[in-house]
Amino acid sequence: MHELGMVTGVVESVRQAAEANHADKVLKVSLSVGEMTEAIEDALTFAYEAITDNDPLFSGSKLDITMVPPKSRCVECGHEFTHDRFHVMCPECGGFADLIEGKELRIDSIEVDIPDENEE
Amino acid sequence: MQIDMKQPILDKNDRLAQENRALFAEKRVFVLDLLASPGSGKTSTILATIEALRDEFNIAVIEGDIASDVDAKRIGAQGIAAVQINTGGACHLESDMIRRAVDALDLDNLDLIIVENVGNLVCPTDFDLGEGAKVMILSVPEGDDKPLKYPGVFQASEAIILNKVDTMSVFNFDEKAFRDEVAQLNPKAPIFPIAATKGEGVDAWANWLRDRIHALQQA
Repeated sequence: MHELGMVTGVVESVRQAAEANHADKVLKVSLSVGEMTEAIEDALTFAYEAITDNDPLFSGSKLDITMVPPKSRCVECGHEFTHDRFHVMCPECGGFADLIEGKELRIDSIEVDIPDENEE
Repeated sequence: MQIDMKQPILDKNDRLAQENRALFAEKRVFVLDLLASPGSGKTSTILATIEALRDEFNIAVIEGDIASDVDAKRIGAQGIAAVQINTGGACHLESDMIRRAVDALDLDNLDLIIVENVGNLVCPTDFDLGEGAKVMILSVPEGDDKPLKYPGVFQASEAIILNKVDTMSVFNFDEKAFRDEVAQLNPKAPIFPIAATKGEGVDAWANWLRDRIHALQQA
């Protein structure tokens, strides 16, 4: 259930960025979420819809989530490999590896409408 | 128009966590974030840890619970400073809660703060508090298959305490299967089997924690 708190933060950050750019409409919010985090895609989407419901800045906007699969680099032989959540040892040499991708919780970009200044 | 943000979702939490970490480094206080399920023996483990280390270090405890102060009272009864955080329903602690809690503590005269996070194997793992280490407790009655069900917390933890090992035969807990699962998920993490209420195995765990406190204080 911590997705609700996460999305509340996302919406506030997006609102600030949109207002700083004088946007009157948010069209799309793009996130990257690592599969090694505890954030669930469906729960993020549900929370986003619940929070932005009846918010004119966000009405009709889309949440676009890219799930990032785990990737590690072996500290012994330097081999880089993708893997599932449960097997993190190097498949080449059996050594320990450091996770280099898969823990992302990031707002990548947003798409907004900015009213033409001439029309204002 | 597209606006690049490249901003962490937990930006505010992460920034405050870094401020906490800098404060704890400056004050030479090691902060342990303890994660576990409800009923796994978090408070009993904290009491056993205090017993093992209180002659060497000044210790305080921050108790995170959805409600009540029963845990803080148990700690306080041992003459240890305890601050209670009630999250009021929130499933995890965040870095600003820790910042407010440490305001009530005398950091200049502390070596170790043990943070008892909310009983939950999921949400707390994603939240940096500025701690020196996250450590988890799994208790034997929860079952040896928990690393398969909750991989995140086993991966976020630098050490794993296996509590209530005196009940292993009652619950048919397969310690080898458990160790094999953890070795796949988080091969670097040591496992400390303990029976907190009897004091069994606590020395090895306390030695690990002592080394980490010394490492911070000598840095």
